[in-house]
Amino acid sequence: MSQASLAVFQGFGLGLRPPHYPDFLTGQVPVDFVEVISENFMVKGGKPLNVLAEVRERYPVALHGVSMSIGSADGIKLDYLIRLKALVDRVQPLWVSDHLCWTGLEGFNSHDLLPLPYTEDALRVVCANVRLAQDVLERPLLLENPSTYLQFSDDVLAEWTFLSEVCQRTGCYLLLDVNNVYVSARNNNFDPLVYLAGLPSDRIRQIHLAGHSDNKRGLLIDTHDHAVPDPVWSLYREACNLLSEAAIMIERDDEIPPLAELLTELDVARALVATRRHAA
Amino acid sequence: MNLLALQRNMREHLLRGSEHIAREIRGDAATRLAVYYDAYRMRLMDCLRDTFERVRAWVGDSGFETAAQRHIELHPPHNWTLAEYGNGFDCTLADIYPNDPEIAELAWLDWSLHRAFEGPNAKSLKAHDLSGVNWNSAVLSIVPTLRMRPVVTNCAAIWAAIAEGQTPPAMRRLAATSALRVWRAGFSPNFRTIDPLEHEALLMAAEGATFASICTAIEAARTSEASEVAGGFLASWVQDGLLTSIDSCL
Repeated sequence: MSQASLAVFQGFGLGLRPPHYPDFLTGQVPVDFVEVISENFMVKGGKPLNVLAEVRERYPVALHGVSMSIGSADGIKLDYLIRLKALVDRVQPLWVSDHLCWTGLEGFNSHDLLPLPYTEDALRVVCANVRLAQDVLERPLLLENPSTYLQFSDDVLAEWTFLSEVCQRTGCYLLLDVNNVYVSARNNNFDPLVYLAGLPSDRIRQIHLAGHSDNKRGLLIDTHDHAVPDPVWSLYREACNLLSEAAIMIERDDEIPPLAELLTELDVARALVATRRHAA
Repeated sequence: MNLLALQRNMREHLLRGSEHIAREIRGDAATRLAVYYDAYRMRLMDCLRDTFERVRAWVGDSGFETAAQRHIELHPPHNWTLAEYGNGFDCTLADIYPNDPEIAELAWLDWSLHRAFEGPNAKSLKAHDLSGVNWNSAVLSIVPTLRMRPVVTNCAAIWAAIAEGQTPPAMRRLAATSALRVWRAGFSPNFRTIDPLEHEALLMAAEGATFASICTAIEAARTSEASEVAGGFLASWVQDGLLTSIDSCL
């Protein structure tokens, strides 16, 4: 399974959030795909699943998870994967993504995207977990680069090298969150352009664009509650120069604005890609 | 340090503020770790606030946050979905407010409606599905979202008033213990106050008792009008969408 390839899907999309359900159910929102938080729909029934089924009739859907815990030293929970596989079978998504992080250990779940040390030990654990997930889900995963607020003394690999190695060893793909690159670069003092250049661009299938906050203690926090700020747009321009085709979306999880505002941001993302193509 | 040891240290930091992980971190560990320590608690607090909206309105922000903080410290999450985290918060509230039983009852109601919202789908019977049923052997199947509990206060009236944006009534102890039933019909979670006899009848039905034996139990509890009572229960269950099928045990 780890050698399966994933077709390119090029387009512009938004995260499907409850305030915008009625809009998406009309099928008239001008996007090429929507992304949903997998866990919100890994439920037994009720209205959310029904909404998802109806939206799926109108748009391709990408599944984006926050609880796979791909970096847990005690492995991924099989019951989680089985529930996710049931959703995959129901939705037939473009792809399934989650984060390069760990969320829980030995029965405890933090419900946060906790940072991994970038060591050979962690690389072995992550690769084993990715292979298991891909085997159960019967498709390659997309891994998203996380926002991080610390680095470990034991790190021997840069995050971009770590991600490249995971791709090479498991056949997985990447979801590049440009905001996360910016946030982590500011927090951990690395050059975001070096990060972008260090990724295997042919493995990137999706891009997230989002906003962040300043915690007033010297760190940027990946809050997804603001519009995409100028520095993230600048970095996105650079990413557009490096990347082949990918699915690009605005990710907003809090302080959800009217749909029109997100569509305006998405138009900016479209225009920047068009500009790059024109220049090329 | 290997990954397992490092992750255990990070977990201990999140749960208890243990400092062992700090030596593994570059730079200002305290500032950086604080982001994760605070985010862990904030996420759980937000989850409880969202799930127990009517409890928060009843006890006020300060009382709610104190209770939620205690719950978070005593009950770390174990499920992969945050949607499960509110399970048991009613028990925490019962411990904190032993003389205010309506608070735990409100919490149970908030939680049960939340659970019903995402519970399994089921198609409810209509009145015309009852024709031709052999009631001597009939076994009732009930929607999988049904939850019940005894209540001693007017929590249902308090909950409804808060939900409608009205001034809630004062807490009042009921003359006799009643029960609440919560269920979902279609996509709408609902609740209703029921008397102990209906509670007992529904418990029997959920355990697979025949309708005839339910009627016998009602007859034992009510010396008169037992058949009218049983018929009333049945009509109410059909009207509320509680029944999914009626099968014969023969």
